[in-house]
Amino acid sequence: MADVTTNPAPRIIDGPRGRKPTRALSGRNIMIYGTLIVVALYYLLPLYVMVVTSLKGMPEIRMGNIFAPPVEITFQPWVKAWAEACTGLNCDGLSRGFWNSVQITVPSVFLSIAIASLNGYALANWRFKGANIFFTILIIGAFIPYQVMLYPIVILLREAGLYGSLTGLIIVHTIFGMPILTLLFRNYFSSVPEELFKAARVDGAGFWGIYFRIMLPMSLPIFVVAMILQVTGIWNDFLFGVVYTRPENYPMTVQLNNIVNSVQGVKEYNVNMAATLLTGLVPLIIYFISGKLFVRGIAAGAVKG
Amino acid sequence: MSTRPSRLFHNMNAKIASVPMVLTAMVVFLGGSIWTVVYSFTDSKLLPREKWVGLDQYERLWGTNRWLVSIENLAIYGVLSLIFSLVIGFVLAALMDQKIRFEDVFRTIFLYPFALSFIVTGLVWQWLLNPDFGVQNVIRGIGFESFTFDPLYDADLAIYGILFAGLWQGTGLVMCLMLAGLRGIDEDIWKAARVDGIPAWKTYLFIVIPMMRPVFITTLVIITAGIVKLYDLVVAQTGGGPGIATEVPAKYVYDMMFQAQNLGQGFAASTMMLVSVIIILIPWAYLEFGGKRRG
Amino acid sequence: MEPSISIRNLDLSFGAVSVLKDLNLDIGQGEFLVLLGSSGCGKSTLLNCIAGLLDITDGQIFIGGRNVTWEEPSKRGIGMVFQSYALYPQMTVEGNLTFGLKNAGVPKTEIAQRVARAAKILQIEPLLNRKPAALSGGQRQRVAIGRALVRDVDVFLFDEPLSNLDAKLRADLRVEIKQLHQTLDNTMIYVTHDQIEAMTLADRIAIMRGGLILQLGTPDEIYTRPANKYVAEFIGSPSMNFFDGHLDESGFTAKDINFTVDGYDFANGRKHGPAWFGIRPEHILTGAEAETRPVRLSGTADLVEPLGSDTLVRLRVGDRLIWVRMDGRSKPAIGDQIQIGFNPARASIFDKDSEERL
Repeated sequence: MADVTTNPAPRIIDGPRGRKPTRALSGRNIMIYGTLIVVALYYLLPLYVMVVTSLKGMPEIRMGNIFAPPVEITFQPWVKAWAEACTGLNCDGLSRGFWNSVQITVPSVFLSIAIASLNGYALANWRFKGANIFFTILIIGAFIPYQVMLYPIVILLREAGLYGSLTGLIIVHTIFGMPILTLLFRNYFSSVPEELFKAARVDGAGFWGIYFRIMLPMSLPIFVVAMILQVTGIWNDFLFGVVYTRPENYPMTVQLNNIVNSVQGVKEYNVNMAATLLTGLVPLIIYFISGKLFVRGIAAGAVKG
Repeated sequence: MSTRPSRLFHNMNAKIASVPMVLTAMVVFLGGSIWTVVYSFTDSKLLPREKWVGLDQYERLWGTNRWLVSIENLAIYGVLSLIFSLVIGFVLAALMDQKIRFEDVFRTIFLYPFALSFIVTGLVWQWLLNPDFGVQNVIRGIGFESFTFDPLYDADLAIYGILFAGLWQGTGLVMCLMLAGLRGIDEDIWKAARVDGIPAWKTYLFIVIPMMRPVFITTLVIITAGIVKLYDLVVAQTGGGPGIATEVPAKYVYDMMFQAQNLGQGFAASTMMLVSVIIILIPWAYLEFGGKRRG
Repeated sequence: MEPSISIRNLDLSFGAVSVLKDLNLDIGQGEFLVLLGSSGCGKSTLLNCIAGLLDITDGQIFIGGRNVTWEEPSKRGIGMVFQSYALYPQMTVEGNLTFGLKNAGVPKTEIAQRVARAAKILQIEPLLNRKPAALSGGQRQRVAIGRALVRDVDVFLFDEPLSNLDAKLRADLRVEIKQLHQTLDNTMIYVTHDQIEAMTLADRIAIMRGGLILQLGTPDEIYTRPANKYVAEFIGSPSMNFFDGHLDESGFTAKDINFTVDGYDFANGRKHGPAWFGIRPEHILTGAEAETRPVRLSGTADLVEPLGSDTLVRLRVGDRLIWVRMDGRSKPAIGDQIQIGFNPARASIFDKDSEERL
């Protein structure tokens, strides 16, 4: 099809033509990219220093500057941090804290997501009288400083015989994960078209049938988001770990803090940094793998219902 | 005629599914808070006991230097971290919104500290700010012998050292929220402003930022809730020191409850934290929800 | 007369994707030009290029005889109205109207005069102190037009301004825009996908597809002499009926029918070969009137759509379906035999391969 115009013989006229010329190095671009790059370097610096320090020997650390790359790379600090570093009388390294954290995180994540998703589903699709009052209290509860509820929970757990145990801590994580997760799932399930839900009811599916056969399969992304949110949140927790568990059950963050900030002995900065990196590794890996889903998770957590 | 099932058993499965929520909301959140407030009027020491002493704990609390320092620190940290994280977060988001290349790379870099725990953050910055080996040492090494930068060992500056670490950890989140807000602005608004001949900075200041009010408020609430809970970072980075220079209320509560065996003080201090959160939340709830009803 | 807007060899591509291709267009002083096409045809893109909101890849744009190819949107002497209104939500109506002017340093007294005039023309005087959120859709769009009006420019650009409104309001505002054009007599370019808006408003319509202008002409030309099969199908509802056949000395031959095309005004002299023969439903007559037409056929009513003013009937003629627009009073039943007739002079014939008008 040819181009039909009023004036088939276009005049050739002088003057500006085509794209407005811009230089790649315009002042605007230098300002934008310059700022971003400087800030990015500032953000990366601590990670770089951690890695570099953890690969140096102590003599080199005492001699040189913290930004210099290691002259002689050694993995000894990593080995020591993982298997030999001491907290108090125990000298079996961070590995114990790591396994404690795994034992805490895995059941906590599953339990909290199972409860919160069912709950959000009930709130979104099976509203009953009074449900919203409880939900409002739950959401307001998310803003109450944990310190206010610390001791009452100690009493509850002690009464149940769970104070100091991993089970107790798992319950605590489930409780404090509930507001944000319930909100997340309630909002997500509310956005599922009501017709779909009605159609399933007409087809004879009940509360559990709809949840397991319709809602669950079509909501996998939000479950992944919830999982990212919970794994990083629970892994990074310090306060609940230190309050509700005994030293042999301490999660990795608590043990890390005890190793690094212990006053006894000579400070081994390379071991400290290796231990710090080890503790940060799990959430970092999750972050780099999940990418945009992580962003979606925190955005979802941030937006109010 | 069949009997109508009791109201209580109507929609039974949904109610069963909501039991954990009801228990958490009523027993832990509501019950726990009330319990703590009530026991703040007792002289509980190692264990809670019902010996009522009126406002004694509060009088003692406000007469304790360490608590006053904690409050002052939290105020400094809170105000500065609000201002800086909002300003830096917004500026970064605005820069990221200029149709730049490698946006994903920059976002990944700005946000990764947020994935790390406060303990990790605190320990890294403790190391970076270590006067014998960290930044100060490096700069002295290049020839500036008298250069001094040891915030963590200077009682007057230590809280700013913590602010540094806190901003590093949290600004990426603010940037992400702001960027999402900027992306939510109708593109036609930008076009209309260009046709009207309004420079970009004025468009941001007078049109876009006012339009992002809800995003700013949400961000404000999130940052504030985080500030009040500030604890792990201090424990890891300075342990409250030097001296009591970086003590914060949350740490005061923990220490009173679990180390000083002075539960009553802990309850009183945590009740003060609760009160301060309520003071922050009520105007916000009024603005957010009261405003909607009027409009 | 110097055209108000001239577009010369305009190219626009995003990377490897070419959106507008070597486009040329002249728009006269005071002309109302409608850019019409389905979504993705490049009509809004072209408007954004004229406004300077998109950087073009090649070519030139002149507004009021001035080369504005590299000018900022605000320096091009244009006002623009958007589909989403794009009002500044935190400012009052007056704030919306004056923000650009204040920024440009226009004296206060003049701003007041211009706002008063625009408010009077658009009848938004009582709304000046309200915020956009407190206005109805139609009022918002009026304010958006006002914002273009106070700029005191010769060219108005409308980007689907009525698409967000309901049908009734759309019809009302359409009339108002037409009146506004008659009052102001400035050049207007109006983008829409609605052919009614295009036919009623335009002095000339440019029908676009795939980044090209397929036909540029008055609404009457576009309707009666569509330049190609796409335009013929796009304009008119229900669409033009097409016969797939062959053109030779004896006339037009399809599978089971044959008729002369005497009286048809060929575009470039009579041609023979495979062709599409198109006739609009409203140009087909029925019953006794059909007898007076040169071409007569007979069909069976297959579907009836009464619209009140007209009745649309789908006829089965042989193995093809033909839409006919009948008078609203005639109520054929399904299965009725209906005589139809038309005059080939009112038809459109297109080459089978190029789909260009013959």
